[in-house]
Amino acid sequence: MREAGAGYLFVLPALVAFGVFVFYPLVKTAYLGFFTSPPAPNLPAHYVGVSQYSSVLRSSEFRDDLWRSVQFVLYTVPAGIVLGIALAVLANQRLAGIRIFRTVYSSTVATSTAVASVVFLTLLNPQIGLLNYWLGRQGGAGLLQSSSLALPAVSVVTIWQNIGFTFILMSAALQAVPDDLLEAARVDGASSWFRFRHVTIPLLSPMIFFAVIVGTIAGFQAFGQIDILTQGGPNNHTLVLIYDLYQQAFQYDNFGSAAVLSVSLFVILLVLTFAQFWYFQRRVFYAN
Amino acid sequence: MPTDGRGGRSPAGQRARLVARRVVRYLLLVAMAGVVLFPIYVTLVDALLPSQKIGSRPPTLFPLHPLWGSFATAFSEAHLGIYLRNSAIVTLATVAAQLITSVLAGYAFAFVRFPLRGLAFALCLATLMVPLEATIIPNYRTVQALGWYNSFPALIVPFVGSGIGVFLFRQAFRGVPPELRDAAKLDGYGHMSFLTRVVLPLNRPVVAAFGIYAFLTSWNQYLWPLIVTQTNSVRTVQIGLRQLSVTQFNRLDVVFAGTILAALPIFVLLFAFQKQLVRGLTAGAVKG
Repeated sequence: MREAGAGYLFVLPALVAFGVFVFYPLVKTAYLGFFTSPPAPNLPAHYVGVSQYSSVLRSSEFRDDLWRSVQFVLYTVPAGIVLGIALAVLANQRLAGIRIFRTVYSSTVATSTAVASVVFLTLLNPQIGLLNYWLGRQGGAGLLQSSSLALPAVSVVTIWQNIGFTFILMSAALQAVPDDLLEAARVDGASSWFRFRHVTIPLLSPMIFFAVIVGTIAGFQAFGQIDILTQGGPNNHTLVLIYDLYQQAFQYDNFGSAAVLSVSLFVILLVLTFAQFWYFQRRVFYAN
Repeated sequence: MPTDGRGGRSPAGQRARLVARRVVRYLLLVAMAGVVLFPIYVTLVDALLPSQKIGSRPPTLFPLHPLWGSFATAFSEAHLGIYLRNSAIVTLATVAAQLITSVLAGYAFAFVRFPLRGLAFALCLATLMVPLEATIIPNYRTVQALGWYNSFPALIVPFVGSGIGVFLFRQAFRGVPPELRDAAKLDGYGHMSFLTRVVLPLNRPVVAAFGIYAFLTSWNQYLWPLIVTQTNSVRTVQIGLRQLSVTQFNRLDVVFAGTILAALPIFVLLFAFQKQLVRGLTAGAVKG
């Protein structure tokens, strides 16, 4: 039938692209996890079955990777959202010139991870970095070279880069809060903090949930800032799951265990994505 | 009322309080604007300083004699011009390809009946759950096997399909009244002319929002371009910036100028298309 033919023709380009660059490699990744990488290129890979999965996933290296990724999410997501809400509330006033501030607050969406990272690489430089100077650490160890502060420092860069995006999300949600609801609370004698806590925050909760999920997914995928700022160092203290995956695959040619890490990251992100879909299915708005 | 407990009740006292509150609000707004803009501002200032003055103490926070030459050096000698050109080629080609494949598939899912349509759509949606990290190792090998390593096709072809695009256009096109299709049929319109002359003009905002979303996503890519490029002739600006920060450290002003140049196109885009950008960025949040 001509009608059906047109339908297939129209979906074909997208489906072929997905087949070659999404579905085939997804299956292939899982399959590669069954083989250990050869000691030298051009030698055949060695089939080891599921043993590579269990050895990699049970290793302390994997546990540490995972924990560092979780720490990175814990550092970046809550702080980023609190900051985003604060800026959105601040910019949601009827004041002359407020549009300028709104533009400024959303401006960091224009910075890529690489731009943000290179900017902060110099700000945090032990010799010339302004932030280092202001923190009284000039000439001393840089934050990025400190085993306890490197991951927090990378997190600050990430929070700054994401301010614009979180601000835009929270502003959009805030502008949808009906004025008469806040007015009614005011008439009832509610203080501004009470109104914020018991009217505004519950109404923002759907967007906050969205931002938490999106931020967590992005946190597990954060790569560029690690690559430019610390390369996983010092002493593996910023070696998050994805950076380990990158090093195993593309620096050590260890494709087998990299594939296992790849699959594990996929499963983590899949669970998070499902949480997001589940949420939009139910759309539990205005809870609390 | 709890908030009105302190301060004078006389009209003059009340006015003074209003003014004071307004001043406090502006101070907060300006302070936060300072925090958000400070990293970019410092980068711009340092780009205009002579190289040896960068890192001088006390820090120079205003360049009295700006030197603009660093921008020209960054553009030519530090290859920013080539990097920006490469990014433009890759991004425009990717966005164009994603628009074509997504609009066609979205149209078929909305307007054409054909066997296995539901399955085909489910496959497109499923790609939303597969992150780049889960496919990167086999895709790297595919690209190598095709002889595309370190070339533009390696940067473009793996991304010609977009699950989000298919989904967004299908949702949007379903909003087009079916009577229009019937009327167009009577006028002798085939699918292609109905799509280009009726459906697309009706959905310009969706095309713009998705176009900007796809543009930003492609422009900001980091991990994939990092592993499939090797020479300046194909490096995108994100990878070029990384390159600049590790190789040009004797000319810091050039690094800073390069960072500004790398961020500039998206800043311009942000100001030109602020409304569409916000819609594109929040599309995932507000659409069910």
